Amino acid sequence: MSVDAATVRKIASLARIAVTDGDVEAMVPELNNILGWIEQLGEVDTDGVAPLAAVIPNHQRLREDVVTDGNIRDKVLANAPQAEHGFFAVPKVIE
Amino acid sequence: MTAITDLGIAGLRDGFRAGDFSAREIADAFNGAVAGAKALNAFIIETPDHAIAAAEAADRARAAGELLPLSGVPLGIKDLFCTAGYQTTAASRMLGGFTPTYESTVTAKLFAAGAGMLGKLNLDQFAMGSSNETSAFGNVVSPWRRNDGGNAALAPGGSSGGSSSAIAARIVPAATGTDTGGSIRQPAAFTGIAGIKPTYGRCSRFGIVAFASSLDQAGAMAQDVRDSAILLEAMSGFDPKDSTSLDVAVPQWEANLSSDLKGKKVGIPKEYRVDNMPPEIDALWKQGIEWLRDAGAEIVDVSLPHTRYALPTYYIIAPAEASSNLARYDGVRYGLRDLPEGANLQEMYAATRAAGFGPEVKRRILIGTYVLSAGFYDAYYTKAQKVRALIARDFEEAFRQVDVLLTPTAPSAAFALGEKSADPLEMYLNDVFTVPASLAGVPAMSVPAGLDGQGLPLGLQIIGRPLDEQGVLNAGLAIEQRAGFTAKPQNWWAK
Repeated sequence: MSVDAATVRKIASLARIAVTDGDVEAMVPELNNILGWIEQLGEVDTDGVAPLAAVIPNHQRLREDVVTDGNIRDKVLANAPQAEHGFFAVPKVIE
Repeated sequence: MTAITDLGIAGLRDGFRAGDFSAREIADAFNGAVAGAKALNAFIIETPDHAIAAAEAADRARAAGELLPLSGVPLGIKDLFCTAGYQTTAASRMLGGFTPTYESTVTAKLFAAGAGMLGKLNLDQFAMGSSNETSAFGNVVSPWRRNDGGNAALAPGGSSGGSSSAIAARIVPAATGTDTGGSIRQPAAFTGIAGIKPTYGRCSRFGIVAFASSLDQAGAMAQDVRDSAILLEAMSGFDPKDSTSLDVAVPQWEANLSSDLKGKKVGIPKEYRVDNMPPEIDALWKQGIEWLRDAGAEIVDVSLPHTRYALPTYYIIAPAEASSNLARYDGVRYGLRDLPEGANLQEMYAATRAAGFGPEVKRRILIGTYVLSAGFYDAYYTKAQKVRALIARDFEEAFRQVDVLLTPTAPSAAFALGEKSADPLEMYLNDVFTVPASLAGVPAMSVPAGLDGQGLPLGLQIIGRPLDEQGVLNAGLAIEQRAGFTAKPQNWWAK
């Protein structure tokens, strides 16, 4: 499988990364080079092999359903590029 | 008398306890060394105030007879660990100016054990790279130079290149690192120091900027094996804030160090004898085998048949997880925001991420997004997770026959900055020997073992069973004692 300029634009859009025509032109051969190389995994017989879920066996823990955190609004907002009235502020999303 | 800055963790700890010097004298000596080594670009920020405050607390603790395990010892902290009140960037513009309001579990443990912080160490951006050239704060330079009389600036390895450079230059006694596919071991090998990545789950990932969560592990980088054991002991332990943290006791690795390997079996995986391996590395590997035999171990040839598929597997899984983890950088909650005039929310996301991420980070996010996208998920991601299961099974089977494995750490000595940065694939291939242990989650370390013909350090890697860091450290110690590695870079950087 290989990617063309339209596919790179689509992936970049899915990843929410703005790209210029020049970026796309440079990325097409780079990504194809990498994708071509990882395709060698197709040689490996994986019939009947379950995909690995956890490298080191561990159990899923449950904890008591109690509040363990909170009341730290100012800390949460401390690094926001724009915080107003105790909220994160973003450009208008509803017309 | 040995200069204070030549001492490692054990030397500083023991000298401080014996009254040879105060913690404040230690902190002042290292703060001075850090301030004078700007040419290495090893630090993103220096934090002399933190080191001094910890030193003053250590001096008071000594007077009161209340010493902690790392009282008096200052450390470098890779700038991937969140440190409350101190900028944490992951070497990316995306997190420029980000000042965490909380502490990573690993740094919290180190500070609770009495350690101070000399500064935040430079790295490859979001830990993605093998040479430090992807940092948005300029690349770290290795203190080592080739003995050919040239002054080519060499890569300190990556991603923990600030850590490796600073330790090799003796401007920090030891440092934290993180390892996703070799980011502790490869830089350790390039700079003639020791570095251990423990079993996945030993060290909490809480507060470490995430790259690929099923692979990311914190670990210790230091001058030697004993210091690595001391530091790793202080970093490890169960943490309810990390769902993959292992709820097991932390062994006393330092107290149980032993280089007597009688009754131990060391496996030599034939698949690590790759094409184009420099003869010097092959010769060093054979020398390492003889050293371990001399320490009492039995040498056994073993096979890890899926080794050659480890790198392509890694370059599906790591970018896939990265694309998911790095979705959090949206210009809303923290970090950079780029809001072009009149842009809507979606355009703000795209502009922010275009401006904040470097080229290698974007490349990996795009690869990850592609392999996880509808129609390709099974062909790439599920396939890679199946091959990963086979790679893990290879190790399980090998560890039925042997206690540890011995391999070279990297396929070359340090390369020059700029030498491999044009072709991403060529850079990825430098991790060929370190990635398999990461995929299997098993502990592995690099120890300095010799110099190549150009006078540059080479490392040997020991890989162990899950949770058997002791076996790894002990074999590392056996090599260290026989290698007698005392070479140090010539000091060209100090002002």
